[in-house]
Amino acid sequence: METYLPEIWAALIGIAVALYVILDGFDLGVGILFPFTHSDAERDQMANSIAPFWDGNETWLVLGGAGLLVAFPLAYAVIMPAFYIPVIVMLLALVFRGVAFEFRSVARTSKVYWNVAFAAGSTLAGFCQGVILAGMVIGPKVENGAFAGGPFDWATPFAALCGLGVVAGYALLGATWLVMKTEGTVADRARRQGKLLLLVVLAFMAAVSLWTPLAVPRIAERWFSLPNFYYLWPIPAVTALVAFLGWRALERGGEITPFFASIGLFLLGYLGLAISSYPYLVPPSLTVRQTAAAPSSQMFMLIGTLFLLPVVLGYIVFVYWLFRGKVREGEGYH
Amino acid sequence: MDFDPVLLARLQFAFTIAFHIIFPSFTIGLSAFIATLLIRWMMTGREHLHRLARFWTKIFAVSFAMGVVSGIVLSYQIGTNWSRFSVVTGNVLGPLLGYEVLAAFFLEASFLGVLLFGWKRVPPWLITMAAIFVAIGTAISAFWILAANSWMQTPAGHELRDGIAYPVDWLAIIFNPSFPYRFLHMMTAVYLTTSLVVLAVGARYLLAGRHLEEGRTMMRMAVGMLALLAPLQLFIGDQHGLNTLKHQPIKIAAMEAHWDGSKPGALVLFAWPDEKAEVNRFELSIPGGASLILKHDANALFDGLKSVPPVERPPVVPVFFAFRIMVGIGLVMIALGLLGALLWWRGRLFDARWYLWSASQSWWLGFVAVISGWVVTESGRQPWIVHGILKTADAISPVPAATIAGTLALFVVVYGIVFAMGIYYINRLINAGPQGRAIEPPEKGTLGRPLSSATDAAREALAKG
Repeated sequence: METYLPEIWAALIGIAVALYVILDGFDLGVGILFPFTHSDAERDQMANSIAPFWDGNETWLVLGGAGLLVAFPLAYAVIMPAFYIPVIVMLLALVFRGVAFEFRSVARTSKVYWNVAFAAGSTLAGFCQGVILAGMVIGPKVENGAFAGGPFDWATPFAALCGLGVVAGYALLGATWLVMKTEGTVADRARRQGKLLLLVVLAFMAAVSLWTPLAVPRIAERWFSLPNFYYLWPIPAVTALVAFLGWRALERGGEITPFFASIGLFLLGYLGLAISSYPYLVPPSLTVRQTAAAPSSQMFMLIGTLFLLPVVLGYIVFVYWLFRGKVREGEGYH
Repeated sequence: MDFDPVLLARLQFAFTIAFHIIFPSFTIGLSAFIATLLIRWMMTGREHLHRLARFWTKIFAVSFAMGVVSGIVLSYQIGTNWSRFSVVTGNVLGPLLGYEVLAAFFLEASFLGVLLFGWKRVPPWLITMAAIFVAIGTAISAFWILAANSWMQTPAGHELRDGIAYPVDWLAIIFNPSFPYRFLHMMTAVYLTTSLVVLAVGARYLLAGRHLEEGRTMMRMAVGMLALLAPLQLFIGDQHGLNTLKHQPIKIAAMEAHWDGSKPGALVLFAWPDEKAEVNRFELSIPGGASLILKHDANALFDGLKSVPPVERPPVVPVFFAFRIMVGIGLVMIALGLLGALLWWRGRLFDARWYLWSASQSWWLGFVAVISGWVVTESGRQPWIVHGILKTADAISPVPAATIAGTLALFVVVYGIVFAMGIYYINRLINAGPQGRAIEPPEKGTLGRPLSSATDAAREALAKG
């Protein structure tokens, strides 16, 4: 097992990040959709649908940050300075939206400000995550194992594309979540928004899929050289199929399928980016193995993680089961 | 304008971590207080203990949530501000910090959930068990973070290869020389901090003539804790100081403003240490006092600041004054504890209005003492970030000063707004007292996540005006 510790840790952190993106993605998405309704009662209904879950979802972000420090200190030490501004703006946006979410339900006269803060914080956090993702795909400038670029290296057109793409993706997750968890006008509007967002997200996925191989020869070679292409072509094919199933379910009044189709799209996009980057953790300079912590450190932490993680996962399943079903208008957890 | 990136990175980190430490230093003790209330309620069946536990659980929830929120930022900031530190010490400190995060994460996901939303769904003994586990869990969280910090002060159990620290012996790393002292000192400090808040709230109710039964219970429990722990803390702090003298003598020299090691150290009551001239101005001191405390001999010698060149010295002024603030507050705590115990013994604890008034004003003392203590130990460690292994100036990220300055300003604005609101709600909760929705279980279908249950109670508090 000791030989594969870096890969085990890469997989664990990969799972934590995927869980974060999906779980926090839908509640950030609900925030992103906040400005597109005019009724406060509807906003309350939207907020109620995520109230029991949002802060638990966010804790996966801690595991991402701390896990990277524990298992891949070198990668952590390159990524954090390279994306200094987007990381800190993202964290502050998350703090702000989290608190805005709770305060909006308490406030009387200032509710409109907290609504704005919640929507803006959610959108900004999603955008920053897209920017960081873009930077990770292209790779920061590294010399002697340390970040060697400037403070605004991350600000590229591709980063803007990915930032908007992630915002659209989260909005899609949020809309399909609302289709599943609400009723009435909120669910109807979410269904219309979901269809539009599905097309927008597909356009972004296509743009990223074209841009990355054109801009980065390493990625072009990964996907379009033989025999790789024989093994990899099912990924875009499955993506198209999942998108079609999601679309059809939205058309035909499906309530659960659209949400899971959106999750599927996210996971496929994530898988595609992972294939583009592997074996690099910080492409194109540092691999998973080069940045790994000492085996003794990875092992020491792995023991605790393998023991505690199932408990945390079990608890999450329990919470989602406890709050299954729909939120009706005028009824809520608050 | 020219910025110094090291100073700015330190300022930014000091700001966020000082904000963070306020909440754990309250919640660790508060969780133990709630568990004690519930155990007493289970044993006696007296209903006001139950009300108190419910009331403080709401306040615990909002404080814990703010601790988590400000803690998430820290887990990224170690990389954004101190990337070289992460590389050099990641192998050793990573797992310690990782276990701290896991412990907090695990708690929030499990026992805290039961404690907050379980009132109608699970039997009282299970709630009490959950409260006990939360109290133990927060202490475990503190255990790991203090192990990590102590290793930065007195590193052990590692080896250096190409300037990078590798773990050799995990037990030696965790139980490094200063850890037992620092852990005991900090745990006592956080229990004292909570006791002072409980004391102040109890005194406030008694002065106002409401919630009398609850107020009396809070006063008695808090006075008992203070009378026991405050004198004990003096002893633990003294032992911690002796340990520091052994491993970080220059930190002690800065705390005592002791410049010349060829003479016995005076106990400086007040002075303005002049770092350029290497003397104390306006000194008021007891000759031989520091030597007597540190060496148990008024004529004994210990290293002075001048024994190392100026670049190897910590900043003397903040360390010197923060130490005096901490010790001063410690003496006030001892006075509050012993006077309270005396009044209690005479049966006048709840009538002596001068004591009630002083107690009601004392809620902030513990927080200031904790932050002062951290200034002493962290500034006193300078110029090292990890003593003898890595200098702070060599630990920073390759990030320009202007970036750090800009984000520091953002932190100040956002934290200012967010935490002002949080503290405002806590204050409203306390004003409303242990009654109404502040102690009701959540409605059907509610999951009391930390912030949402606080919201619930805050709504009630606001409705009352």
